[in-house]
Amino acid sequence: MTRRLDTGTADELLYYYRAMLRIRMVEEAIADRYSEQKMRCPTHLSIGQEAVAVGVCAALELRDYVVSTHRPHAHYLAKGGSLPAMIAELYGKATGCCGGRGGSMHLIDLAVNMLGSTPIVGGSVPIAVGAAFGSSMRGEDRVTVVFFGDGMTEEGVFLEALNFAALKNLPIVFVCENNYFSVYSPLSVRQATGRSRVGIATASGLQTGTAHGNDVSAVAALASDAIARARGGGGPAYLEFDTYRWREHCGPNYDNDLAYRSLEEFAEWQTRCPITTLQRELVRGNDIDQNEIDRLSRQIQEEIDSAFAFAESSPDPDTSLLTRVFADGGE
Amino acid sequence: MARELTYAAAIREATVQSMERDESVYLMGLGATDPKGIFGTTLGLEQRFGSKRVLDMPTAENGMTGVAIGSALVGLKPVMVHQRDDFALLALDQIANSAAKWYSMFNFQRSVPLTIRMIIGRGWGQGPQHSQSLQATLGHFPGLKVVMPVTAPDAKGALISAIFDPNPVIVLEHRWLYAVLGDVPEDRFEIPLGKARTACFGTDVTIVATGYGVLEAQRAAEILASDGISAEVIDLRSIRPLDEEAVVDSVSKTGRLIAVDSGWRTFGVAAEVVALASERAFSSLKAAPIRITAPDTYVPTASALANEYYFSTVDIVNAVCAMFDLPLKTDGECGLDPARAKDVPDASFRGPF
Repeated sequence: MTRRLDTGTADELLYYYRAMLRIRMVEEAIADRYSEQKMRCPTHLSIGQEAVAVGVCAALELRDYVVSTHRPHAHYLAKGGSLPAMIAELYGKATGCCGGRGGSMHLIDLAVNMLGSTPIVGGSVPIAVGAAFGSSMRGEDRVTVVFFGDGMTEEGVFLEALNFAALKNLPIVFVCENNYFSVYSPLSVRQATGRSRVGIATASGLQTGTAHGNDVSAVAALASDAIARARGGGGPAYLEFDTYRWREHCGPNYDNDLAYRSLEEFAEWQTRCPITTLQRELVRGNDIDQNEIDRLSRQIQEEIDSAFAFAESSPDPDTSLLTRVFADGGE
Repeated sequence: MARELTYAAAIREATVQSMERDESVYLMGLGATDPKGIFGTTLGLEQRFGSKRVLDMPTAENGMTGVAIGSALVGLKPVMVHQRDDFALLALDQIANSAAKWYSMFNFQRSVPLTIRMIIGRGWGQGPQHSQSLQATLGHFPGLKVVMPVTAPDAKGALISAIFDPNPVIVLEHRWLYAVLGDVPEDRFEIPLGKARTACFGTDVTIVATGYGVLEAQRAAEILASDGISAEVIDLRSIRPLDEEAVVDSVSKTGRLIAVDSGWRTFGVAAEVVALASERAFSSLKAAPIRITAPDTYVPTASALANEYYFSTVDIVNAVCAMFDLPLKTDGECGLDPARAKDVPDASFRGPF
């Protein structure tokens, strides 16, 4: 959406609210319809984690790049990616953002400089560094933001990416969404107690910052500073936001019955819902009332229904292009 | 105007001319700016084009391949160099999962105009992790072009084609080819990727070869000619796209096929060539095709083991002799010193690389 607003104003907060609510409602609609077996691709929902995507992307310009992961819906939508093209992609249709060749984990919208998302953990991170390197080499005024989870910081390429970004003072902001789990594996079985991801970034020569990932204003404030600094030649930053995934790692359901996390922990995070927290704040400040909330919801629901109708009625991909793997051209 | 250049000088010239022509071309690799300049192929380039366009890089093959891909997605034309293809295995994730797939998995919206030069081949004690021939592995991925130029003019033309091709292209350079001389046109020119070259014409047997094996096959053809056997040598030049027509046409003409490749036997390039002939030229075959490859084991270090590991001209000659029920030849009859070491290109080699 790449709309910059004066910080702390009601306009800004209403913008965040609507953007987060829209992502939540889109993903709930996906979850509701997933069992119809028409969206035949692994789908990782961001429900509960919307504030990081919205807060960070609000600080970006249209020309700035975003790169994402296997859980990209929120990033794609927050950057302004086309909703009908995303839903059609989940349906495997020709009108999808990848023409049905990618699915939920491969989202791209070059019109808004959403450069792509890929599901190999760590795979898209050095590519984002390369985009920043390319912008820098070409003398362009663009910042790149790359989103990833806590699991990515265990990959070797994490260090490789941080090192090169710092070495070349690249205009990139690394955004870690720490949701405490890699699939079902908690941080405690993956990282030593006291391992500091921020410390690793600092030691690699990056500026760093942390904030509560469900507080969209805090996310936006931190991201805005880091992005402005990167844009001004002040170098790359690593930001980390704690947040929590509500639904199962992959799929439309809740999976607390598997007992890999406690119900207490889950309930605790639900009280910190980024959307209801902000809604309470807006209502308290008389910036929104129930009528307006209902009106917003209806408006978003119409947009969603229209996107699903578009996907359902779109044609299948052209099978004659199945074996096309090389671009024509050269000289 | 053509003049004689080494294979290494031809690669350097291709790089210079590409960088002069297009500002988006840049080169990076471990040691690309060091005093040895990757077998001389990158010498002086940093001085000429500046350290922004010719750069050494962190020891991070996978991450830096991702960086190259990302830069290619936003408008640059990177050329990466790996001193040995064994190290590039660290980058197989980015090569296979990102570079090879980006164009089709994102519905043809952006391609990855990336060139990766990798050095392959044998040498004096290089051993299991420093001298593998990985063309079959790399050739397995749809979306990735893999070429193996053998002559100096092909090295220049193929590298220029690779740099300006909109797709990722791996250029495999056998280390023993750098000193080989050839007539190289001065002007910038391209060699179409995916087209084989007939290194010598013949009518009795087709020898399809790759890389350094082409030179050994050509020598074998000369020896066979003295026995009245006319061998056609096809230099595959490109592993992917594979020039199926060149192989099928030649085998259809000769009815006999020897497939020569420095990679391993099982699932290798030679196996692919034999399968191709079996499928598309079966009725022309007068004899079962023969593969001449490295054995299915790791590249040894000790000279005594290396002598057993590597095939040479005499093995190609004798494969043909066996096909024609002719007596087999000795090294001496092929003009080779039976006491030679097979892990050096010639007696002048003194190591350590």
